[in-house]
Amino acid sequence: MRDFVAAQARKIPPSGIRKFFDMVQDMEDVISLGVGEPDFATPWNICEAAIYSIEQGSTSYTSNRGMPVLCQEITRYLDDRFSIRYSPETEIVVTSGVSEAFDVAIRTVVDPGDEVIVAEPSFVAYSPCVMLAGGTPVPVQCREEDGFALNADALVDAVTPKTKAVVINFPNNPTGGVMRTADYRAIADVIVDHDLLLISDEIYAELTYEGSHTSAVTVDALRERTITLNGFSKAYAMTGWRIGFLCAPKEICDAALKIHQYVMMCAPVMAQVAAIEALRRGSRERDAMVREYCIRRNMFVRGLNRIGLSCHMPNGAFYAFPSVAETGLSDLAFAERLLSEQGVAVVPGRVFGESAEGHLRCAYAVSRDNLRIALDRMEAFMAGL
Amino acid sequence: MTMDDKDRLLLTILEDDSRTPIADLADMADLSEEEAAARIGILEEQGVIRKYRAVVDWEKAGEPEVAAIIDLKVNPERDFGYDKIAERIGRFSQVRSLRLISGVYDLQLLLVGRNIHEITSFVAEQIAPMDHIRETATILIMKTYKENGHTFFEREGGERLPISL
Repeated sequence: MRDFVAAQARKIPPSGIRKFFDMVQDMEDVISLGVGEPDFATPWNICEAAIYSIEQGSTSYTSNRGMPVLCQEITRYLDDRFSIRYSPETEIVVTSGVSEAFDVAIRTVVDPGDEVIVAEPSFVAYSPCVMLAGGTPVPVQCREEDGFALNADALVDAVTPKTKAVVINFPNNPTGGVMRTADYRAIADVIVDHDLLLISDEIYAELTYEGSHTSAVTVDALRERTITLNGFSKAYAMTGWRIGFLCAPKEICDAALKIHQYVMMCAPVMAQVAAIEALRRGSRERDAMVREYCIRRNMFVRGLNRIGLSCHMPNGAFYAFPSVAETGLSDLAFAERLLSEQGVAVVPGRVFGESAEGHLRCAYAVSRDNLRIALDRMEAFMAGL
Repeated sequence: MTMDDKDRLLLTILEDDSRTPIADLADMADLSEEEAAARIGILEEQGVIRKYRAVVDWEKAGEPEVAAIIDLKVNPERDFGYDKIAERIGRFSQVRSLRLISGVYDLQLLLVGRNIHEITSFVAEQIAPMDHIRETATILIMKTYKENGHTFFEREGGERLPISL
């Protein structure tokens, strides 16, 4: 029999996080700081709205773009929270999470042979999606000395005549780094000069702790050449609902909508109903969750520094990103030994890119009690080195 | 009075556990211990923090409580409205909470006692005969499902996978 798996599917690597953590499944008494999702259940009013809509028989397809009222609520929300304006009729597509939104965005703009610059450290799905579209991912490293923001000089060095787009994700998974207006202005010059498109995954926007989130398209020059991705998973603890959205200028959005309608038809209707409720009456619980993440961040990062793992105070997302350089261990060895000796699961930085080597990604979206236990165990581990 | 995010973090932490040690408070608000203590002192002085108290399960302590909601129709007083009668009722230690409400009734109070007799006799002998009270309605509480934001029917949440993509 022939090998039916396509060359491209064979070529993309399995998720480094998954690979590392297959062993966690069978261990007992593990505290996992490996999970990139909120530990809160979705606020009840959001669940209840979806349950009620199912009871009312609302179970069919919606318009491909998404329910018009949801598109309106999302664009209003983006204006209120981040001062960015998109047309609910022509510049948005509601997707099955940002994962689909990202895939659609890439397939909308990438031709075979195009290079796509991916700002690393980054979420593990970006480069494989680029490869599946026939593009070539080109990593650019964000450095700790820049607060893990994307440096314009590093960006310009990576640009070639084949470069089509730049992928960024701020607040960042895994570093917790953010970009401010000045950072965006600097990269905007490069992007405009080389006639590139920006794909900005802002799924962690609400999880910004000091000051408020800066959206890439608040820089005017980027408005006409950016695809903004966002969703409900992190801010409203709705990971399992699979609901997100893509915003872009009309011409790009029209093309994205075509792809979305062929591969997904529409986002699940119950998740869309839930998202409407989240936007209309979810801000109180959202803000309470963000405050709790902030408390956990503070106690966990200070705890890490106290036990000798140097860690900058991340400004966004829910990841601490300590360095293990002082220990003499590699991030991989540290993570493996910490798991087997103390039962604490963290993700070795290298799976997120070259500049993340020597770091650990620790998700603090776990209870304060578990964070304390994790810190105690990490301290014991450090003492035994 | 100027409140900032750090103050609000401290309040959020203390509201959940008012006995949180100062070292933990400092960590959680990313402050020095001295500054955390100073800020809490100011919040206490300003009356933002009004009291530290324990949540007691009196049933476990061998002194079960009975609680009832009492709705009152009240004739408001000239110049004072409902305030004077409310103050008068609020002085009783048995009255756990007291509110002015809209609708058919005017005041609503939450009453606790050791048994039903204590509740009914308190209403009949202390509240109903008061001047300005026109009508009372006593609603016994039979079971509490949620109290002060805490539900008493928690089920196991769906288990998160130990790892995600």
